[in-house]
Amino acid sequence: MILEFIAVNFPYLVSVSLLLVGLYAMIVRRNLIKKIMGLNILSTSVFLYLISVAYKEGGAPPIRVSEVEVYVNPLPHALVLTGIVVALALTSFALVLTIKIYKEYGTLDSDKLMDL
Amino acid sequence: MMTTVVIQTIARVVVPFLQLFGLYIIVHGPVSPGGGFQGGVIVGASMILLALSYDLSSAETKVSHKVRIAMDSTGALLFAGIGLLCLLAGGVFLEYGIIPLPMVPAEVRGLMILLVGVAIGIHIMALAASLFLHLAEEHDT
Amino acid sequence: MIRAKHVVPVLVLLGIGIILTMAVIDMPAFGDPEAPAHRHVAPRYIARAYEETGVPNMVTAVLADYRGYDTLGELTVIFAAGAAVLSLLVGRKLKEES
Repeated sequence: MILEFIAVNFPYLVSVSLLLVGLYAMIVRRNLIKKIMGLNILSTSVFLYLISVAYKEGGAPPIRVSEVEVYVNPLPHALVLTGIVVALALTSFALVLTIKIYKEYGTLDSDKLMDL
Repeated sequence: MMTTVVIQTIARVVVPFLQLFGLYIIVHGPVSPGGGFQGGVIVGASMILLALSYDLSSAETKVSHKVRIAMDSTGALLFAGIGLLCLLAGGVFLEYGIIPLPMVPAEVRGLMILLVGVAIGIHIMALAASLFLHLAEEHDT
Repeated sequence: MIRAKHVVPVLVLLGIGIILTMAVIDMPAFGDPEAPAHRHVAPRYIARAYEETGVPNMVTAVLADYRGYDTLGELTVIFAAGAAVLSLLVGRKLKEES
C-alpha cells in the first residue's frame, strides 16, 4: 500500500524532499552563498512539482504530430519556462548584493552580519 | 584563473558550433522543442565558455559592454514593439492576428510567434553573457 | 554530532514535510489524465493551438501568443534585474574612473 503510493507519486515526493533540502540550507546554513544555493534548490523543487503535475499517463510531448491524440498538458511547461528565467534573474541579483555585502563588511556569515 | 592549451583549443573548436546550435534552437522554437529562452541561454553560455577558457577581456572584445546593452534593449523593445503594432492595426495589445499582412491570420500569428522568440533570444543571450561577465569581473578586481 | 541549535529547524522542516506529504496523498495520482489541472483551459490549447496559430509546438504557442502578457512581464522582470546588476556593478566603476 505505502510502497505502491511511493512508486506512483515518486516525482511529487522527490519534489517535497528537494523543497525540504532547500529550506534546510536556507535556515541552518550561515553562509550567504549557501543560502542562495538553498534558494535555487527550493525553486528547482517547485519546477519539478509543476512539471509532474503536467504529466498525463501515456501522453506525448506537446508538439503536434498528426497521428498522436493524447498530449501532455502544455500550460505548466510554459509557466516553468517563465519561472526558470525569473529564478536566474533573482539569483544574479542576490549574488550581486552578496558581493556588495562582502566588500562592505568583509564577511558572509549571516550571524555576524546580524550583530553589526 | 587556470587554463591550458587543451582547454583553449577545445573551446575554440566548440564555441562556433555552440552558437550555431543556439541559433538553430531559437529559430526552430515553433516547430520543435526549444525557443528563445533555451537558445539564448546556449549562445550566452558559449560566451561564458570563452571567458572561462581564455580570459575575461577576450570575451569582452567579442561582445563589448555597449553591444550587450544594445542587444538587451533591442530584444525587449522588439517584443513590446510587436505588441504596439497590434494596437496600431486596431486590435488589442499582443493580438497578433490583426496585423495586416498578406497571409491567413493563423500564419501571421505563427510568424509573430517566431519573431517574439527571436526577440527573447536576443535579450537572453546578451543578458546571460552580461551577468556572468560582470560578476566575474567584480571577482577579478 | 547533533548540535542543539539545529534541533528546532529540523523539527520545523519535519512538520512541513509531513504536511506536504499529506497534501500529496490528497492530490490526484501522478499521471492521472482526469486530474483538474488537465480539464480547465489546457484541452482548448491542445485542440485549437495548431489551427489558430499554425505552430506545432504548443508550449511556444502558449508562451508567446496566448500568454504573451505573461512573457512580456517576465522579460521586463529580467530586464530590470539586468539593469539593477549593471547599475550596482558598473555604475560605480565608471564614476571612479571619471
